[in-house]
Amino acid sequence: MIDSPADFETPILEMRDIVKSFPGVKALKGVSLELRSGEALGLIGENGAGKSTLIKALGGVHLPDSGDIRLAGREVSLRSPSISQSEGIAIIHQEFSLAPNLNSRENLFLGKEKTQYGFIDYRSEEEQARILFESLGMKIDLDRRCCDLTVAEQQTVEIARALASDARIIVMDEPTAALSQQEVDKLLAIIEDLKRKGIAIIYISHRLEEVLSLADRITVLRDGETVAEETNVSGVSKKQLIEWMVGRSLDEEFPKRNPTIGPVRLSVKGLSRGQAVQNANFDLRGGEVLGIAGLVGSGRTELARLLFGADKADTGSVTLDGEAVEFENPRYAIERGICLLTEDRKEQGLILVHSAVENFGLPNLKVFVRNVLLDQGKERTAFEAYVDSLKIKVSSVSQQVGNLSGGNQQKVVLAKWLQRNADILIFDEPTRGIDVGAKYEIYLLINQLVAAGKSVLLISSELSEVIGMSDRILVMREGRIQGEIENGQGTTQEAILSMALDT
Amino acid sequence: MKIFGITKIRLGDYGMVLALLALCVLFSLLTLKRQSGDGFQAVAELINVIENKLPKEQVVLVVGAVNTDSAALAEAVYAEAREKGFERTRLLVGSPRDLRLVLDELIEEEAFLGGIVTGGDAAKWLVWDQIGQNYPAFAGVRIATPSERLWPDFLKASNLLAIVERIVVIAIIAIGMTLVIITAGIDLSVGSLIALSAVISASVVQILGGPEASGWVVALGFLSGILSCGLIGLMAGGLVSRFKLPAFIVTLGVMMMARGLAFMTTGGFSIDQVPDSFVWLAQGRLAGIPNTVLLLLVIYGAAHVFMTRTRYGRYIYAVGGNAEAARLTGVPVGAVVALVYTVSGLAAGLGGCLQASLVRAAAPNMANMYELYVIAAVVVGGTSLSGGSGKVLGTLIGAFIIAVIQNGMNLLGIQSYTQMFTLGGVIVIAVLLDKARQSGGIRQFLAGN
Repeated sequence: MIDSPADFETPILEMRDIVKSFPGVKALKGVSLELRSGEALGLIGENGAGKSTLIKALGGVHLPDSGDIRLAGREVSLRSPSISQSEGIAIIHQEFSLAPNLNSRENLFLGKEKTQYGFIDYRSEEEQARILFESLGMKIDLDRRCCDLTVAEQQTVEIARALASDARIIVMDEPTAALSQQEVDKLLAIIEDLKRKGIAIIYISHRLEEVLSLADRITVLRDGETVAEETNVSGVSKKQLIEWMVGRSLDEEFPKRNPTIGPVRLSVKGLSRGQAVQNANFDLRGGEVLGIAGLVGSGRTELARLLFGADKADTGSVTLDGEAVEFENPRYAIERGICLLTEDRKEQGLILVHSAVENFGLPNLKVFVRNVLLDQGKERTAFEAYVDSLKIKVSSVSQQVGNLSGGNQQKVVLAKWLQRNADILIFDEPTRGIDVGAKYEIYLLINQLVAAGKSVLLISSELSEVIGMSDRILVMREGRIQGEIENGQGTTQEAILSMALDT
Repeated sequence: MKIFGITKIRLGDYGMVLALLALCVLFSLLTLKRQSGDGFQAVAELINVIENKLPKEQVVLVVGAVNTDSAALAEAVYAEAREKGFERTRLLVGSPRDLRLVLDELIEEEAFLGGIVTGGDAAKWLVWDQIGQNYPAFAGVRIATPSERLWPDFLKASNLLAIVERIVVIAIIAIGMTLVIITAGIDLSVGSLIALSAVISASVVQILGGPEASGWVVALGFLSGILSCGLIGLMAGGLVSRFKLPAFIVTLGVMMMARGLAFMTTGGFSIDQVPDSFVWLAQGRLAGIPNTVLLLLVIYGAAHVFMTRTRYGRYIYAVGGNAEAARLTGVPVGAVVALVYTVSGLAAGLGGCLQASLVRAAAPNMANMYELYVIAAVVVGGTSLSGGSGKVLGTLIGAFIIAVIQNGMNLLGIQSYTQMFTLGGVIVIAVLLDKARQSGGIRQFLAGN
């Protein structure tokens, strides 16, 4: 094996018994994986299973405590990100590392500018950029600043950057989390193309269907260990993957519920804001889950923000329990029992640098005030009750919320609104970036909420989730509500997609 | 892991306190020397001398050097001796020349001098050795001083009070600045607001009576200075919150405008025609405790409770941690931002009154660059400029670290240029240490993680 030439039989990447500990935690307890050129490896596992630590070891961010990494049979020590890059490893993180104020060409060659006589050679850079983007099948305006590009376009720039630096292994961490179905399909096509060029891909995703459709081999991590390495992907079911990930069998993806739909709570008429939301009309009833489907950018989030008072509507009216309401800002919406679990938990839902209990208390402080002063004991007790009932995993209630996993963060957000006694809950992508086990718990919670007569507006890019959870579904396209599907669970993804894409 | 985490937090929380204590110990050791005692013990010792060792029916002269510790000592001894019925005790607080005049008087009166009681700096006067020569009548007179002891200059009561007086203005303004910085803002205008508040309050006093003005007029003057600055802070905060202007630019503008206003108010001159009550604010005592110390305790106590135990305190942290998330959680972000700049303005206004009261004058060019010392105190106290975290009591420690370093270097006779250099270095090191604490220990920090 040693020093043998890199043929197809020698894995281009081999990680053996990788161990990495952090103070108090053993993040990786001997993880192994291998990957050949032209292959895509699906790397899956629940949050906290060790995927990101493993990728950081590969990217030269963390040096493993023990274990070896071999590239084409040659043992390497990836001591720093730059060494890792020069070995042909490119990592595309969930949060992109593009400089937002530079254009796509500048980002493409950032740090490895093409120069002539010490000056940047724009022409040759532009030419190569064009060739790269063409090969990826995307037209990207080279002069647009990256912050003005769509998520999919930014991702293409990241992939092109990896190609420009002659990467042989490209790691993609949750690449489709913020993409629409159409864009996902395009990305999958690009990945197939990269595979044909002999590039090896490590694909990390919570979306198991995608992993099953593109991966040539799958490695499943759980609690810092490799629990499965499967090369016969076509023989594996989604159910099997889930069982590997959670270490037990899950009977169903979406829990059952017997809806008892009540009277209309929220009635929306002709609500519009610029191009984002145009003439939205719908009713939301008590005890109902109303799903909103549509591509990213179809106006789902914008509609939710209008209902919540986060943005102001140009025209249109909203009535709550028969009474016309107009929310100047979220404070008034919250006072009337409407809450929004934002799509972007980290930027909008939580104050990451503060503790779980402080985040929980923030909208509820009036309740905990006694004679002007806060009763912190009361606040803590109230939160502890939710820690128990929602099964929030925290080391202590004052743990910094930024250190919690996605699912637990979402539960903290939920706890603060439940304490606030909200009865119209708008969930915007409630399970994005959340692992399977925690997803199921959140579905159960949604069912409990509507069973208690509350109303839920469920926005999601995952069509199976919208179908599985909703009583009715609104489909949005380009700011308009394109159609309404009365029997949510009886519909198909195709039916929704055809509405979301075209009339 | 839990235990480990908690120990780390503890060390971080008390790190600044330990640093301050270490500095105090260091300067105490460096300024340790044999000196004539002062304080209660010395008073008791001298009273004992008057009671038991000196002839009761004769004059006892209690001597202190003006403007030194020995004056306070002499006054205390005199007061207690009179209380105990030694009516022939006489007090002299002054210079060696004053002593000779008094001795001349005594000779004229043909009084019997039973003894002289003194201490501190006055005990070092050269005249004592020459009394026998110059005043043969008093040749054998007993001169009593408290016994010498080993005591650091740094820990003398007068020096500790000097530290408080030196830092009280900065420390009080730093409360407002802490609030502003916790919301991820900055207030550069506080230095100019000190001057503006000082000249406004002094002008009001001057117009309504000058040196003969009553205590009420002085109170009115101070109040108008404080409220004007609060109003300016409110306007700056309004600009920042309503129009989303960068706080740095807004307060930079206010800084220049306020300084200009201060000069315009007095026409460029300073005002020193003020009554004695004007000085009481910063130099007086209530129930024997200096007002400055009382003010620090009361205001810091109130600010601490406000930040940790009230709704708006929590909101201030939330706005700094993530303004958008706070808004979407129902926090009145605009009101919170306006509030912190108003508090900062009010604190600067009070600081201005104190400063004017300390120096018994108000000048439009006073407190130049104070905003930087204030920011330094906040940062050394562990508040992060990126917002969302910080403690008011940390700021108090930070202010005292700066004051103690300055005071200690003064006592050691270090040049002011060297002092400036050292202080700058301390600020940088404090921020480095704080960063290291956040990244979980010096080693991880140096490793660049």
